[in-house]
Amino acid sequence: MSTAIRFVRRGISGFVLRRVLLGLLTLLLVSVIVFAATQALPSDPARAILGRTATPESLAALRKQLNLTGSIPGQYAHWLKGFVTGDFGNSLAARGEPVTQVLGKRLENSAFLVLIAGEVSIPLSILLGVLAARRRDGPFDHTSSLLMLALAALPEFVVGIALVVLFGTTVFHWLPAVSLIPPEDTPFQHLKALILPVATLVLAVSPYIARIMRASMVEVLESDFVEMARLKGMPERHVLWRHAVPNAVAPAIQVIALNLAYLAGGIVVVEFVFGYPGIGSALVDAVANRDLPVVQALAILIAGVYVALNLMADVATILVSPRLRTSLR
Amino acid sequence: MSVLEVENLRIEIEGTGIDIVDEISFHIEAGEVLGLVGESGSGKTTVGLSLLGHQRRGAKIVAGQVRVDGKDILERSPAQLRALRGGTVSYVPQDPSAALNPALRIGRQLEEVLAAHRFGSSHEERLREMLEEVLLPTERSFLRRYPHQLSGGQQQRVGLAMAFACRPRVIVLDEPTTGLDVTTQAHVLATVRMLCRAHGVAALYVSHDLAVVAALADRVAVMYAGRIVEIGRERDLFLASAHPYARRLVEAIPEISGEHELVGIPGTAPRPGHRPTGCFFAPRCDYAVDICREQFPPRERVAERREVRCHRWQEVLAEAVHDRPLAAVRTNGASADALISIRNLQAAHGERPVLFDIDLDVAPRQCVALVGESGSGKTTLARCIAGLHRNFTGELALRGIPLRPGARNRSRDTRRDIQYVFQSPYSSLNPRKTIGQIIGQPLRLFFDLPRRDQHARIVHALERVQLTSSVVDRYPHELSGGERQRVAIARALVSEPALLVCDEVTSALDVSVQAAIVDLIAELQREMELGLLFVTHNLALIRTIAQEVAVMSAGRIVEHGPVDRVLDQPEAEYTKRLLADTPSLESALAIAE
Ligand code: SF4
Repeated sequence: MSTAIRFVRRGISGFVLRRVLLGLLTLLLVSVIVFAATQALPSDPARAILGRTATPESLAALRKQLNLTGSIPGQYAHWLKGFVTGDFGNSLAARGEPVTQVLGKRLENSAFLVLIAGEVSIPLSILLGVLAARRRDGPFDHTSSLLMLALAALPEFVVGIALVVLFGTTVFHWLPAVSLIPPEDTPFQHLKALILPVATLVLAVSPYIARIMRASMVEVLESDFVEMARLKGMPERHVLWRHAVPNAVAPAIQVIALNLAYLAGGIVVVEFVFGYPGIGSALVDAVANRDLPVVQALAILIAGVYVALNLMADVATILVSPRLRTSLR
Repeated sequence: MSVLEVENLRIEIEGTGIDIVDEISFHIEAGEVLGLVGESGSGKTTVGLSLLGHQRRGAKIVAGQVRVDGKDILERSPAQLRALRGGTVSYVPQDPSAALNPALRIGRQLEEVLAAHRFGSSHEERLREMLEEVLLPTERSFLRRYPHQLSGGQQQRVGLAMAFACRPRVIVLDEPTTGLDVTTQAHVLATVRMLCRAHGVAALYVSHDLAVVAALADRVAVMYAGRIVEIGRERDLFLASAHPYARRLVEAIPEISGEHELVGIPGTAPRPGHRPTGCFFAPRCDYAVDICREQFPPRERVAERREVRCHRWQEVLAEAVHDRPLAAVRTNGASADALISIRNLQAAHGERPVLFDIDLDVAPRQCVALVGESGSGKTTLARCIAGLHRNFTGELALRGIPLRPGARNRSRDTRRDIQYVFQSPYSSLNPRKTIGQIIGQPLRLFFDLPRRDQHARIVHALERVQLTSSVVDRYPHELSGGERQRVAIARALVSEPALLVCDEVTSALDVSVQAAIVDLIAELQREMELGLLFVTHNLALIRTIAQEVAVMSAGRIVEHGPVDRVLDQPEAEYTKRLLADTPSLESALAIAE
């Protein structure tokens, strides 16, 4: 919000441009950190990867493959150039395939998972928040608050495993306990396998969104303009959805974006629990295999998702607040 | 049959049995405006909202009737109530900038009233009519605007248009002109009067501002601590009220003529749950006798459509209102050398210039009033002097020594010499500090005193503003608004300043308190031989306190001279207009004659 307001005078496209540039700068900084942590700082990444028993020849070969030979700034420049041109190097583990090829399919799978989880959890939690605020301190409000708090306190692997036990293995046998998707298929073809991972993600983020939505609705419902709408004789449903909700979502947008960003990162755990072939499990594998290029690519990618979501949240906040929107013209 | 009849209405704090208001009865005829006046906490807004069958959180209507055209609205189902609100009975809110939905266009907000009440067939035509009635532009582009793109006056006109949209029978106006400039206020009031007359609407005008009510209402009801203490024709009530509180309230209204002394009412009104048996006004009443403390006074008829609640109303009425004390002759104690002198000052907010060519002097022992509407630059000028606004050029000198912009660049003595009292005593005092700590802070800053002397000075400062030393250990929220403003004044005076800058210090206060504060400041100024810069938008206040007045408009001083001359024979067009638009009891009564 604060950055949103600072830039308002220069028109919305100018604002977006500025924020994109700022985002790229952020990514550049992230790349320095990622490079430093994975490649520059370890005294000899090649030895770290191959272990102490490696022969000098194989070490030299790997150093060459990983471009570890030149000066550090030279290495970074080469590495960055690869990134910008879309060449992320070759995976060390997957028979030397290009990273893009290794990750492409998994990226699709993960994006699909996150999108479905977002599409379910956002409307659901907004609805929950609105209903709880509508009858503040009523039975629904109290029960849902308690439930949300409990869910927010549970780590997602606990929720995930509980769901598996409940619906996949011990109690009912309705849904598959693991969500393996053969590499040649798309997730569309295995929707049933998606239900449990999506449910886990939804349960992980909804409490936060619902709580902020409730708080913001409670405040809006106390405002003069809501009282005025009632005194104008507006039906209660109209007051709620037309007058109150549009004013209550603006503060919630930032939280939604934060939670979606969290989904993009938190997916690691969920994919691992369900054996779902996405970038999360790819990251876990890559770290285990010391697959340096894949780790680097994924770190940058996740940072990119964060930056993009923040930008979208700021733009969305402007679009739903006439005061900000009109001052941009 | 009157259009609106309220009978024995009682509203309680939900679940406690403690009444907020009780025994409220009044009638309003078609085309008539009833002014409902009272100070904050008197329950006037609570009564106003009950005419729409609505109560805020925590309040509940428990007894009585509100009849519109003979039918009791309190017996209606929620759906019937909805049809009534905005249709038969409508509401104009206090603060239009908060009451219009910031996320919806003006057109939508106006049209939805018509749609909800299925009013007429062509909304478009009716919208144009509505805008015309309240003198707003009728272009389509206007309807596409958002509330924040409108001026305060326009926002309130939108509120009026909304209220008159479905040709209501009854309309409740809840202080609709607070926060508006006098000029805008005058126009909005004229529109209200015209619409009520033209459409035969029964209007309840809720306000704390008696001068405004005098200009608008046909009859007036005065509320005190949740009861109507007197109701009658506007003239009767203002010229010769039969209730002591109503009378004191009238005497507390500042007059432009400044003929009479301005007297406040000491003490505060009892809150719900803390009201005494007997007459609620007894602790503050000069007329109180034993029976007042034992028996709650019944409603008595004074004359046709005039009622009062006072055991001794005959005696009160018998005392002619002309006994009011006349104001003392004000002398100009100013000496020749200026305390503060300003020459050719220009100031800006960021890039935008807000003050132009300001020349102004304040002598020691002299009070200069700085008047103007909001946005005229008067507060910015005051803040330049106090070092709170740094973005200015030109000469600004204290006793001939140039002052630098920004308080931080000034010496300790200079900062001590100029003290500032802010508009709102609700936000200017640190809520986490005790009164003693608040007043002690400048002492520690400016004087190196042993602890015991500090305490003595704090107590002395409190006494000067007529507070007892028992408040030393209390926190601001435990005090009333008037008391807090006294604390703020005490904090300014404890540093023994040469110049006191008072920025709209009375505008957040009730009339009865306002008079007392102005009185106090005037007295202190004489006693302590202070130079005083009194910033206000209320022309009627300045005669009581100031010797000289500077009228500001759009960043310039348009007229400057002795108070009597400027108010009696204004020269600038702007001053004339301002004077004409300022609502006052005198002009309202003069018109009525
Ligand atoms: S009833 Fe007694 S105390 Fe109350 S206003 Fe009348 S004279 Fe004063």
